[in-house]
Amino acid sequence: MKKLPLSFKIITIILVFYTLTAGLLIDVPALNILNETIRNLFFHVTSWFSMVFLFLASFVYSIKHLRSGSEKDDLLARLFVQVGMVFGTAGMVTGMLWANFTWGSYWVPDPKLNGAAIAMLAYLAYAVLRNSFQDNIQRGKVSAVYNIFAFVMMILFVFILPRMTDSLHPGNGGNPAFSGYDLDNTMRMVFYPATIGWIFLGLWITELRFRMETIKQRMK
Amino acid sequence: MADLKNLTAILLKEFKSDFRNPYVLGGAGLFLLSTLFVCYITVKRINTPAIWVALYWIIMLFTSFNAVAKSFMNESRSRMLYLYTLTGPSHFIAAKMIYHALIMLILSGIAITVYTTFFQIAIGDHFMFYTSVFLGSTGLAIILSLLSTIASKAGNNLTLLAILGLPILLPLLLVTITLMKNAIDGIDLSVQYKYLFVLFGLNLSSLGLSVVLFPYLWRE
Repeated sequence: MKKLPLSFKIITIILVFYTLTAGLLIDVPALNILNETIRNLFFHVTSWFSMVFLFLASFVYSIKHLRSGSEKDDLLARLFVQVGMVFGTAGMVTGMLWANFTWGSYWVPDPKLNGAAIAMLAYLAYAVLRNSFQDNIQRGKVSAVYNIFAFVMMILFVFILPRMTDSLHPGNGGNPAFSGYDLDNTMRMVFYPATIGWIFLGLWITELRFRMETIKQRMK
Repeated sequence: MADLKNLTAILLKEFKSDFRNPYVLGGAGLFLLSTLFVCYITVKRINTPAIWVALYWIIMLFTSFNAVAKSFMNESRSRMLYLYTLTGPSHFIAAKMIYHALIMLILSGIAITVYTTFFQIAIGDHFMFYTSVFLGSTGLAIILSLLSTIASKAGNNLTLLAILGLPILLPLLLVTITLMKNAIDGIDLSVQYKYLFVLFGLNLSSLGLSVVLFPYLWRE
């Protein structure tokens, strides 16, 4: 991974600050039940998008590691999973808070919730697997294989299975999604920048962690 | 043709070595029968199809862990390497998966016979019911084949296999359970079709992934 240019960091800062201010201040459609919690779209949904993006990056680096055997690719695969887990946890916490206000309980038996929880478990298992090796090369290869397998299953669990059954989530089972609420597209003005902003933030964190880890290894 | 010859040779070898040490398979079979009997004594009667199906697949899940996991743990490292060089890793994993699938089919044949005699239930759609038994148990065998290799690389740890396996197996189990429950209720094929399709795809994709990924694992 190359060092990120300054312009990338400036764009990230602008987008994240824009999300935090505009996301909390713009006019949102006034709706029953949802009320102001509709603003969670800018934080909850975007967290999951970032998580999936970061796991996808990790998946790509795992494939690269299997082909090249380079330790850097393995390190990046690990770091992308770690940062992705942070975003996944953020998505889960924001979702649970939202669910408490909208559905009346922190956790409901919904296919999307279960899918997300299982995906997080699979990636926690990835961390356990990594720690059970002594040898670096063996650890890299075996955990890359598991990562690829887990990613394919996660896609199935998060994207395909919830669409086969009804979900309580907006956009599923007859519940309107945000495009249905909002005709003049004000929410899109924040939603898309927010998605890009959080994804960029994830990339930035990963880049910093990558530089830290490489320096640590050099010092040994 | 050479591929087929290699495959059958490994398959025959697996059968022979397991018949020489029948305690491995016998152990798995006995585990299955004891679990079934414990369930029968403690539960006695199940009236709802959902619980009937769930209990059956929980039993099958733990049986598959026992049957498949032991197979890799019994092979010594040097003998595995010898086999790999004789046939090539793709043949080896393909034969292992077919072998495990056959074993799981035998075990689930026993299980479904005993289970339906213990807990009687009216089945609406026999064909779909047995298809779900078939696809579910082969799927368990296929996914666990790769995962147990991964776990055996990390020091033959059954706990690790459970941690790695449960999140990955859940999509398979959920789809199988839905398919089987719908078959008992006699739901029309037009509804069942998508579950059948996903289950079939899941089996095929995990088979393909294992054959592609195993060559990266075998030398480690």
